[in-house]
Amino acid sequence: METETKKIRVVVAMSGGVDSSTACALLHSQGYEVIGITLKLWTPKHWVEGEKVGSCCSPQDIGEAKIVCRQLGVPHYTYNMEERFKEKVVDQFVDSYLNGRTPNPCVSCNSFIKFDPLLKYAEALGAEYLATGHYARIIRENHFYLTKAKDQFKDQSYFLYMLNQAQLSQVLFPLGDYQKEEVREIARKFNLVNAEKKESQDICFLEGRDYREFIKEQTSQPLKKGAIQTQDGKILGEHLGLPFYTIGQREKLGVATGERLYVIGKDSKTNTLIVGKESENLQNCCLVHSVNWCSDQIPNESVRALVKVRYRHKGALAAINLLSAQEAKIVFDQDVSSITPGQSAVFYDGETVLGGGIIA
Amino acid sequence: MKKKIYFDNNATTPLDPKVAEAMLPYLSAGTEFYGNPSSVHTLGQAARKAVEEARAQVAQLVGSSLEEIIFTSCGSESDTTAIKGIAFSAKERKKGNHIITTALEHDTVLFCCEYLQKQGWDVTFLPVSPSGILDPDSVKKAIRPETILVSVMHANNEIGTIQPIAEIGKICKEREIPFHTDAIQTVGKLPIKVNELNVDLLSLSAHKLYGPKGVGALFIRRGTRFHPLFHGHHERNRRAGTENVPAIVGLGVAAELAQKNLGQEAKKVATLRDRLEKGILEKIPYIRLNGDPKHRIPGTSNFSFEFVEGEGCVVMLDIEGIAVSTGSACASGSTKASHVLRAIGLPANVAQGTVRFSLGQFNTMDEVDKALEIIPRVISKLRSLSPLWSDKMAGLPTAVTPPLSHKK
Repeated sequence: METETKKIRVVVAMSGGVDSSTACALLHSQGYEVIGITLKLWTPKHWVEGEKVGSCCSPQDIGEAKIVCRQLGVPHYTYNMEERFKEKVVDQFVDSYLNGRTPNPCVSCNSFIKFDPLLKYAEALGAEYLATGHYARIIRENHFYLTKAKDQFKDQSYFLYMLNQAQLSQVLFPLGDYQKEEVREIARKFNLVNAEKKESQDICFLEGRDYREFIKEQTSQPLKKGAIQTQDGKILGEHLGLPFYTIGQREKLGVATGERLYVIGKDSKTNTLIVGKESENLQNCCLVHSVNWCSDQIPNESVRALVKVRYRHKGALAAINLLSAQEAKIVFDQDVSSITPGQSAVFYDGETVLGGGIIA
Repeated sequence: MKKKIYFDNNATTPLDPKVAEAMLPYLSAGTEFYGNPSSVHTLGQAARKAVEEARAQVAQLVGSSLEEIIFTSCGSESDTTAIKGIAFSAKERKKGNHIITTALEHDTVLFCCEYLQKQGWDVTFLPVSPSGILDPDSVKKAIRPETILVSVMHANNEIGTIQPIAEIGKICKEREIPFHTDAIQTVGKLPIKVNELNVDLLSLSAHKLYGPKGVGALFIRRGTRFHPLFHGHHERNRRAGTENVPAIVGLGVAAELAQKNLGQEAKKVATLRDRLEKGILEKIPYIRLNGDPKHRIPGTSNFSFEFVEGEGCVVMLDIEGIAVSTGSACASGSTKASHVLRAIGLPANVAQGTVRFSLGQFNTMDEVDKALEIIPRVISKLRSLSPLWSDKMAGLPTAVTPPLSHKK
């Protein structure tokens, strides 16, 4: 009789990319009992058998996740969440644009797809942990602290601010302590099929297309043209539909005034696109809703933090003043450019994510 | 590894050790059974002898004469040969272009018919009753002067419902229309005599009756005109390709064993299935048994568990050591409710929670009892994850057709 010590079971969410595959291989080599799961989120419209789509979770990517698991000798299953993904991520993405905001679908995917149902699923499968290929770290003291990854450029903690203590206690980020290049090295060492696979930067369901084209395709009613105006009401031209523009955009505006103009606002009520000079694109405060505090330690009234208003933002010092349990007003020490409704504002204390919310 | 409880015998059956043993000499180096059955020399003759013995064993099982059996590579090939073969021959002889089949055939038959449709044939897909049974009268009504083929599966692989093949066959016989049945799920489980069933073509597959994968057979009644799928001289010009001797030997022995144990094994499997079914019905609320409780093959039990994802259930049971499937193995991985469940009119929200248990002769009462401890636990665990289930338990009204969280 073979005696086996009981291994700790981990479900690894695998997109089919090099990161999550390496996360899986690492955990397996560390002696965990690994089960690979790939979510089926989106059936690409333009998908042809054998053709590269270059996004995550496409049928081809599911195939690659399966190859990795076969190679490691661990079970792999797919979990279909197409309907939920369509409702919670894709439709909301389109809706949000149609309502004048610039959504961040990766944040909603993490909130509604990856860390809620999948954690429950992992638990049902008897797993102690759910692991993903995100670049972030969790410090486990008497509390669970979400912190930035060792690879500062790849760091994805921005997209994870909606996690709570219960979730953080059950999540593993095996790549948090590695540089991207080290991850590729490990993937090569394990001979993973996707070791050299190109990074997917785009939003997966856009399938490499421009988001404008996608929105046109998804909406039944034609997008309405309207005026491009300055703050003081001077009409400069015509826009092609508000969803086609985002705050801070300064190209493809189709107006020539001799000076550099930025989109600084959208008025859905009057269907007006508001443009202005660089100085007008600055703001010293904003409101956020759907606020989450990762540590569950909700500050009283006010807290100081470094706030990132978009993923690649380097961050700006600010005071976060609580208005209610889920709303706050962020007052920046210095003006910040292109604060965009629909994007997330994430609060950092050094390396640690305190929380975040969606810019109203 | 713990021994799995295998309840997926409709997908494939384990190889009977006696079958494996019979095949071994044909796979081993150092024996004199490697000849090509078409060769003139004695080595070829030894292989030929083995193939012809297997043909006799298969013919015996289905009650046909020897030359009415051709060996194929699988059930799908048998089905395709029957359908395309008849269709192409009828076309050549300008006999008409109308084919009648049902909405719950195996994918191969459906896809084959859809392919022919694109090539200009006219296909009628007859509906079935909510328990999955085809009314022979509907066949009678669908027949036209230009009908050249009727194809109805003997028993469905997902729900196990048995069709009134003999009656349908009688109708076809009267009109002199070739009648094909896909009997892949019934050969070896039910007594089958081609003359009693009134069929002109019958498909079977070895790996559903404890034989090896990669071999099947097609019964073609003498005088039935058809075109081969593979052209060449083997199998009397009806199926080219050097015979897969070891597999054919395996099919033959599996057929013989099936013949010998037919009534007995079927009874045993039915007893196990009934115990499993009774236990599930007693222990788990909000479920539905699909198919026809009376007219069905012995091992199959198809349940829809409300507030559960069939796919999730399969995964969890796998982790707990029980192998089952949501539907046909050939279509698993797709998430739409299967065409069979749609054909019997199951609402999408019920269909999505469907799991097929298919038992076989190597299952035991102990396994059934063990499964009865695991299955209710898995279902309640999965239900505890469903927001609709908690609404239901809290006495809140749930939508009549709950918004399905994961499936279309």
